[in-house]
Amino acid sequence: MTMHLKLRVWRQPGPTAAGRFVAYDAPDLSADMSFLEMLDVVNERLIEQGEAPIAFDHDCREGICGSCGLMINGVAHGPMRGTATCQLHLRSFRDGQEVVIEPWRAKAFPVVRDLVVDRSGLDRIIAAGGYISARTGGVPDANAVLVAKDDADSAMDAAACIGCGACVAACPNASASLFAAAKIAHLGLLPQGQPERAKRVLRMVSQMDMEAFGNCTNIGECQEACPKLISIDVIARMNRDFLRASLLGREERVGSSGEG
Amino acid sequence: MPFGRFWGSTIGKKVVMAVTGIVLVGYILAHVTANLLIFVGPSAIDGYAASLRTLPVLLWGVRVLLLVSVVLHVVAATQLAVLARAARPTAYQRFVPQASSSASRTMRWGGVALLLFLVYHILHFTTGQAHSDFIHLAPYHNITTAFRVWWVAGIYVVAMVALAMHLYHGTWSMFQTLGIEHERVNAARRRFATIIAVAVPLGFVSVPIAVLLGALR
Ligand code: HEM
Ligand code: FES
Repeated sequence: MTMHLKLRVWRQPGPTAAGRFVAYDAPDLSADMSFLEMLDVVNERLIEQGEAPIAFDHDCREGICGSCGLMINGVAHGPMRGTATCQLHLRSFRDGQEVVIEPWRAKAFPVVRDLVVDRSGLDRIIAAGGYISARTGGVPDANAVLVAKDDADSAMDAAACIGCGACVAACPNASASLFAAAKIAHLGLLPQGQPERAKRVLRMVSQMDMEAFGNCTNIGECQEACPKLISIDVIARMNRDFLRASLLGREERVGSSGEG
Repeated sequence: MPFGRFWGSTIGKKVVMAVTGIVLVGYILAHVTANLLIFVGPSAIDGYAASLRTLPVLLWGVRVLLLVSVVLHVVAATQLAVLARAARPTAYQRFVPQASSSASRTMRWGGVALLLFLVYHILHFTTGQAHSDFIHLAPYHNITTAFRVWWVAGIYVVAMVALAMHLYHGTWSMFQTLGIEHERVNAARRRFATIIAVAVPLGFVSVPIAVLLGALR
């Protein structure tokens, strides 16, 4: 079946240039196309007409790299729940429907061009504490460190985060709490994550604040937008870790930072 | 961690809101219970008001605690709201909420409404400037004469709708902010917040409604 969409796409030539919405008529599409394939087709037609193609970010196109986030008709990653934009298909739209496509909007995610934003603020949150210190040396025996099944499952659920930034995009406060909390839960639920647990939450939260993300109001938009459906339970867990580390943790000694 | 650094963090400020929120919720639970004494009779509620005056340390202790709590709650809310606004300088052309409730989306403006109401309410029933026939330490008289005017009762009904919405999200949010989360308590958190959000405002509005209907005179 062929489909026809009426696109309204945010075009912005560069980080400091002014942007605007441009309407594109997109006829002769297939309902089985993915959303990104549809943009590919539109771009080929634009190139044929000598126009600049719409810049959008993508890599794996199978929901694991986290680069493809778009705001589609006011919903992060579009109308299909629990999927990234690259896993969305045109069959989720009506023939003839108007589709507004915007980049993630947040001070911490400056627009690079058109629909591409710079999400390196999330990387800096990870660098601040989203790691464990592991010994090098001989490989330990498999299962030498016991992990309860429930903890392993919960850690795995949190580790499903692909860092796409949809939580920030969907949050009315542009908060990165679901992202940071997922990383903190993922590591904090496992024995290997315990040594840095207090330091991790304090540093990641402070980095999150420095990156100009907003604060969480427990509104829940993030967990609906998350392509991995990570629950805001992890945010409560982050708050708990933060409280415990603030009340009971020792002050960090100057110059004791792990990464030097 | 010193309080300054705790307060400097967005989660720290939010924890302050949750803790002051507990104080405020605790207070309004006591307040609504005491208000219902009016249905027992004039002497019950007037006697209660008089008995509070025999315990000035308690009375002023509670007043100071409440004032400090409201100030901290509002200052933290305002600072966090300013930060959140700055975090999204460009609004979406189209944004369709998927999960948030009307209660959770109106916490900030609803909070401002509650603050305005609070000022009016104190001028009305505590100090009396906003009351046309105020008698010190005669709450039965003050309440029944005030609520015979329909629009005065109306202000209280509207304010209690705002309170219900604030409590519906706020009481639940408090658990989340303080990290009180476990599969065994999560459903109870929601139930508890819903009960508070329904019962407390209903208790409060029952008084102006009873006066308007002529059940209290
Ligand atoms: C009648 C008195 C009040 C009570 C009982 C109350 C109670 C609460 C509670 C329990 C919370 C939850 C804290 C948390 O999120 O962890 C809260 C949040 C909040 N309150 Fe109040 N509050 C009151 C007055 C106000 C006022 C006067 C304002 C005005 C500026 C305000 C603004 C807020 C805001 C913005 C939040 C954060 C909302 C969110 O978590 O999404 N509140 N309140
Ligand atoms: S392109 Fe990798 S998640 Fe969509």
